[in-house]
Amino acid sequence: MATTKHTIVALVEDKPGVLNRMASLFRRRGFNIESIAVGHSEVPHLSRMTIVVGGATTMVEQVRKHLDKLVDVVKVSDITGDDMIARELALIKVKATSSTRSEIIQIVDIFRANIVDVASDSVTIEVTGDEEKINSLFNLLRGFGIKEITRTGRIAMTRGGSGSLPVQKKSPKARAKGQKTSR
Amino acid sequence: MKMTGAQMICESLVREGVEVIFGILGGAVLPLYDTFPQYPQLRHILVRHEQGAAHAADGYARATGKVGVCMATSGPGATNLVTGIANAHLDSVPVVAITGQVARPFIGKDAFQEVDITGITLPITKHNYLVLDAASLPRIVKEAFYLAKSGRPGPVLIDIPRDVFIDQAEFHYPSKVDLPGYKPTLQGHPAQIKKTAKLINEAQRPLIIAGRGVIISRAFTELKQLVEKAQVPVVTTLLGISCFPESHVLSYGMLGMHGMAYANMAVDAADLVIAIGMRFDDRATAKVSGFAPHANIIHIDIDPAEIGKNVRVDVPIVGDVKAVLQELNKLIISAEHIDWVQQLDDWRKEHPSTVIRDSEGLLPQFVIRKIYEVTQGKAIIVTGVGQNQRGAAQHYWYNKPNSLISSGGLGTMGFELPAAMGVKVGCPNETVWCIAGDGGFQMTIQELATIVQEKIAVKIAILNNGYLGMVRQWQEMFYKKRYVATPLSGPDFVKIADAYGFPGLRVKHKEEVVPAIQKATEEQGPFLIDFAIEPEENVYPMVPPGAALAEVLEEPKKEAEVLSDSAKLPVSNI
Ligand SMILES: Cc1cc2nc3c(=O)[nH]c(=O)nc-3n(C[C@H](O)[C@H](O)[C@H](O)COP(=O)(O)OP(=O)(O)OC[C@H]3O[C@@H](n4cnc5c(N)ncnc54)[C@H](O)[C@@H]3O)c2cc1C
Ligand SMILES: Cc1ncc(C[n+]2csc(CCOP(=O)(O)OP(=O)(O)O)c2C)c(N)n1
Ligand SMILES: [Mg+2]
Repeated sequence: MATTKHTIVALVEDKPGVLNRMASLFRRRGFNIESIAVGHSEVPHLSRMTIVVGGATTMVEQVRKHLDKLVDVVKVSDITGDDMIARELALIKVKATSSTRSEIIQIVDIFRANIVDVASDSVTIEVTGDEEKINSLFNLLRGFGIKEITRTGRIAMTRGGSGSLPVQKKSPKARAKGQKTSR
Repeated sequence: MKMTGAQMICESLVREGVEVIFGILGGAVLPLYDTFPQYPQLRHILVRHEQGAAHAADGYARATGKVGVCMATSGPGATNLVTGIANAHLDSVPVVAITGQVARPFIGKDAFQEVDITGITLPITKHNYLVLDAASLPRIVKEAFYLAKSGRPGPVLIDIPRDVFIDQAEFHYPSKVDLPGYKPTLQGHPAQIKKTAKLINEAQRPLIIAGRGVIISRAFTELKQLVEKAQVPVVTTLLGISCFPESHVLSYGMLGMHGMAYANMAVDAADLVIAIGMRFDDRATAKVSGFAPHANIIHIDIDPAEIGKNVRVDVPIVGDVKAVLQELNKLIISAEHIDWVQQLDDWRKEHPSTVIRDSEGLLPQFVIRKIYEVTQGKAIIVTGVGQNQRGAAQHYWYNKPNSLISSGGLGTMGFELPAAMGVKVGCPNETVWCIAGDGGFQMTIQELATIVQEKIAVKIAILNNGYLGMVRQWQEMFYKKRYVATPLSGPDFVKIADAYGFPGLRVKHKEEVVPAIQKATEEQGPFLIDFAIEPEENVYPMVPPGAALAEVLEEPKKEAEVLSDSAKLPVSNI
């Protein structure tokens, strides 16, 4: 089966073990999670998560349904085919000498990245963008010598008004109707 | 009111209507057990192994529809529950398991009898909890029972550190649960129901495949209405057996790998399959690509994750069987399918899967048929796993709703005795027969002590073939009769019964069968019959692994020619 890269966004309760429960559903099928990013949502006690995973579409859909069944998962969708904004943040520490520093700064400017730390033998760059942009910056900087890179993994949402997974501010009853179904 | 954690648990269990708890205590749950005398309405049944506690809670839950409760101490107590919890998970049985845990300051330190039971049971529970403060106990117990019972039922585990039982907190029992991530859909989508009605009204060769979801939903009447109004023949899965009276003219038995030949032929020929509360398990469908090749498929299931999982579905309806059928039945036009029903009846005559051949020796199917006759089909049958299970499914007619209890998804040998115990505790006025294999029975035989101590009048029929019979049959058919590790000795089961303190009989001849069953029925307490059956009797029909339902094997003659090459066998488990 052909595997494709899927972007899944989930709204989950901020409780111990949630990540474990979710990851376990991927592990069970032998899927490798490429990246996972979690942070608070606009509502207290709910976090929003972006998961990037490669897998056959039917299999990923099956996992999505199982994620949706988890009691602590409020909502989950696969936004892969949707018109979405996907961003990642990377911190890149590059070797820099007095002779290479200005060249590095030029590249950083072109990429609209920032230098966030300067040391005698290195600079640390902060860059946001899609994976391609980060990869190209990385490739350009490679020649100077990369000391360390750390990436957040993708965070994503769909474009336009509706939003990929907005928290619904309806009465609990209305919410029950409009919301996901689970086991 | 202030209470200890232990009191809160008991108080919450009482509020949930719990009558009985199956368990074994130990250090971590000692403070909990110590409060039991304050709650005499909670009956505690001491089992002999925690697996027995989980299966008993499972049997109790299947038979009564209520949540079954089991309890164990930390560490080995908790891990002993695991098989039983997995069993309940695969068959969607509402069970709440309560385990003790080491005290909070010791968690994560490999303390004495510490195991991460919430981690271990994560993939085999519907949900689980590690309780970190006493005040949250009432909410958690409330949620656990709600989750176990609602939507697609399943087991929920609550792990409670020893010191939480002792801590005191204010007790408030919530009237409602607040679980924003959990909203089971009960009502089917009206447009889908309309579409379904249209397909049923137009079908020439419609067939219902009914599963355990019908039993869970207690939709016996609604199913019968649909069947009779639209005149649609019914086959069931193994776990669907007894959701529809098997003596009904439109009942055609069980489908699947070990199903009736005519049931499988019906699936193969149908132009419309209405799957109701069943999950297209590979035992039921056989080779998926050859499943119902001429049919549109309608799937009614409460769990959206089951839709399209194994089999392509033309019209999915997510909802509770009862609610969906109530709506659907309003749109169904009275119909007849005379030719189709006639065709199925002809197949039933030509391929009579329930006929018992004449034999010198004692055949398991003969024993089961006699249990049916003596009990007049009014007993609740609890089976083991293997040939005995298959025979019990095939040679007893289940006309009474919810009268077959069997481990389907996990296929757990050793389920039979403790589950039967739970069934009898839940339904004390019913006759409960445990139909066991000699292999499976020896896996949980220790519960004989429990049924004696607690006076649980289970009737036990051991179909003793001296083999792990089902596996031996596979070896005979697919491994050129190399009987590796399947011949099995056992104790003298009648002496075992005697040693545990209740009566039993050994039956070797046909003419002794009925008197023995009658004797068992008349006996007030538990009774055991050890039936010395034909050692190498096989179960037929059978769809060989990897074949489609239509390729069902019937006569033993064919088997040698068709199947002797294990190398061609696809991977499949027994
Ligand atoms: C040795 C052996 C041989 C076997 N051979 C066969 C065989 O030949 N044929 C066979 O059929 N089985 C066989 N089985 C059993 C098989 O493994 C499965 O357990 C069985 O087919 C499952 O039946 P089911 O789908 O009806 O029930 P379950 O597995 O319990 O599934 C129930 C379904 O109903 C849904 N549901 C639950 N509640 C509701 C509700 N209120 N409303 C709507 N839907 C609901 C659930 O979501 C689920 O999808 C065998 C097992 C063993 C051990
Ligand atoms: C706990 C467990 N172990 C192993 C198996 C594999 N298995 C399936 S059927 C069977 C044989 C059962 O033997 P017995 O209980 O004597 O029943 P019979 O088939 O002879 O009626 C075995 C070993 C299983 N289902 N469960
Ligand atoms: Mg046996």
